[in-house]
Amino acid sequence: MSSDPAPAVECRGLEYRFGDKLALAGVDLQVERGEVFGLLGPNGAGKTTTIRVLTTLLPAPAGHAFVFGLDVHDHAMQVRRHLGYVPQQLSADGSLSGRENVQLFARLFDVPRRVRDARVDEVLELMGIADSADQLVSTYSGGMVRRLELAQALINRPALVILDEPTIGLDPVGRSSVWDRINELRDAGLTVLITTHYMEEAESLCDRVALVHQGTVRAVGTPAELARRVGPEANLEDAFRSLVGDELREGGDLRDVRSTRRTAGRLG
Amino acid sequence: MFARRAAPPVDSADRTATVTDPAPVTDVPAAEKSFVVWYLARIQAFCIAELQKIRHDRTELVTRAVQPALWLVIFGQTVSRLHAIPTGNLTYEQFLAPGVLAQSGLFVAVFYGIQVIWERDAGVLAKVLSTPTPRGAFVTAKAFSASVRVFAQAVVVMVLCVILGIHLNWNPLNLFGAACAVVLGAGFFTTLSMTIAGLVLSRERLMGIGQMITMPLFFASNALYPVAAMPEWLQVLSRVNPLTYEVNALRGLLLGTPATLWLDFTVLIGSLVIGITVSAKLLPRLVR
Repeated sequence: MSSDPAPAVECRGLEYRFGDKLALAGVDLQVERGEVFGLLGPNGAGKTTTIRVLTTLLPAPAGHAFVFGLDVHDHAMQVRRHLGYVPQQLSADGSLSGRENVQLFARLFDVPRRVRDARVDEVLELMGIADSADQLVSTYSGGMVRRLELAQALINRPALVILDEPTIGLDPVGRSSVWDRINELRDAGLTVLITTHYMEEAESLCDRVALVHQGTVRAVGTPAELARRVGPEANLEDAFRSLVGDELREGGDLRDVRSTRRTAGRLG
Repeated sequence: MFARRAAPPVDSADRTATVTDPAPVTDVPAAEKSFVVWYLARIQAFCIAELQKIRHDRTELVTRAVQPALWLVIFGQTVSRLHAIPTGNLTYEQFLAPGVLAQSGLFVAVFYGIQVIWERDAGVLAKVLSTPTPRGAFVTAKAFSASVRVFAQAVVVMVLCVILGIHLNWNPLNLFGAACAVVLGAGFFTTLSMTIAGLVLSRERLMGIGQMITMPLFFASNALYPVAAMPEWLQVLSRVNPLTYEVNALRGLLLGTPATLWLDFTVLIGSLVIGITVSAKLLPRLVR
């Protein structure tokens, strides 16, 4: 019997259908503990569906998706306790203050009352928004909202942080501040699973990436390894184009596009 | 510096086996020892958030007070002069006050599903449902957090009654019973709204259906006139309308009219339980 700990995330032939549409056509994936792992692909590739299965939002059949060895089908509640999740949309509640947003999630994760305030202060401080914690979130910039969402995701001290397109719609300053925080999570030894369709983001942040297209993983490796497969001067974008061919669609269905535009709209 | 929890030590060979508690999750709770306490903790979390929202923006309380005021001041006083509706020993304004109390709750709660759809679109719902919160607990918490808003609304209506000189029973126990009826009624209509949200999945459709059902629910109840004054077919509808039982309970508690409180509360609690069950079943449709 092996003594290796289970990987942070493992998918084995994961399939998912929305009616007649096959969104995941047998995803095989392994994310090791402590790495920043990127799921790359165009809109509609299956990145968000994979994440929704791993966060237990979509029901997966037993035996196909695991988080720290826990089958998400059988142990949804335990899996959720290990996760911090930031969805693609800007999901902080604008009618509450930053502190109240984090306090809500502290309560939902059963952070004990005696340590709750200290824990809330800790994550707000860590994300650099302690000074504005008592302002309504509706007054925050896009980058601040994203950092607040990271604070919410960290309140339960998760072992795995899942970020779905964390910099979509952000300006360069906001994007850079989010990257800094993700690098801090890596330095703290957390496992981070991130989806993005920005190649430079993946090259800069991720230890390894999986190229996802039409519901399957087409290649896995470090950004440099994947680029080298194409040529000595190639970058990750070249690798992506080479691996998925010319099948790139305009990108996603109406809901994907609407969601992206809504997020960008809220950011101003 | 952020002190993270150690990653769960699960042996890879056991991955497909049943894993009972692989991780030293420090925050799991005393609450998890008792499902009821855990459930109540979720309700408390959302109710606190709702109160915080009301504290930050009280304009909705004021604007929503306009409609009940119109019903009590204009409709109540005008119909009272007509002497067209038999209300026994009560003035029509007295008879109407519990109906307006229930109606103001109905009007707030029946559109609450729109907020849930907005939360779906904004990603809030997905984020909340990825926390260790059972779907049923989420729906129950939402129902009670809507009741917080409705309860605040009910206080405004009660103040209006005082201003208008409408005599009610101010016994604290009766007021507590009335508050329970308001909360249960609002909770049911919130779950009804969330059920419709789970079926239609869009704000526009929910808005249309909400508008379509609100007035029939109101008119097919005893909020404005006694059941005995209705045509027979409407009486049948009023008997399956939880709003009727809410108004019955409120009249019994606030005006001392004959009421079968056990039946009223049984119907309200039963409706709420059914509403929670059905909307919790439909909730996953909203995050797909």
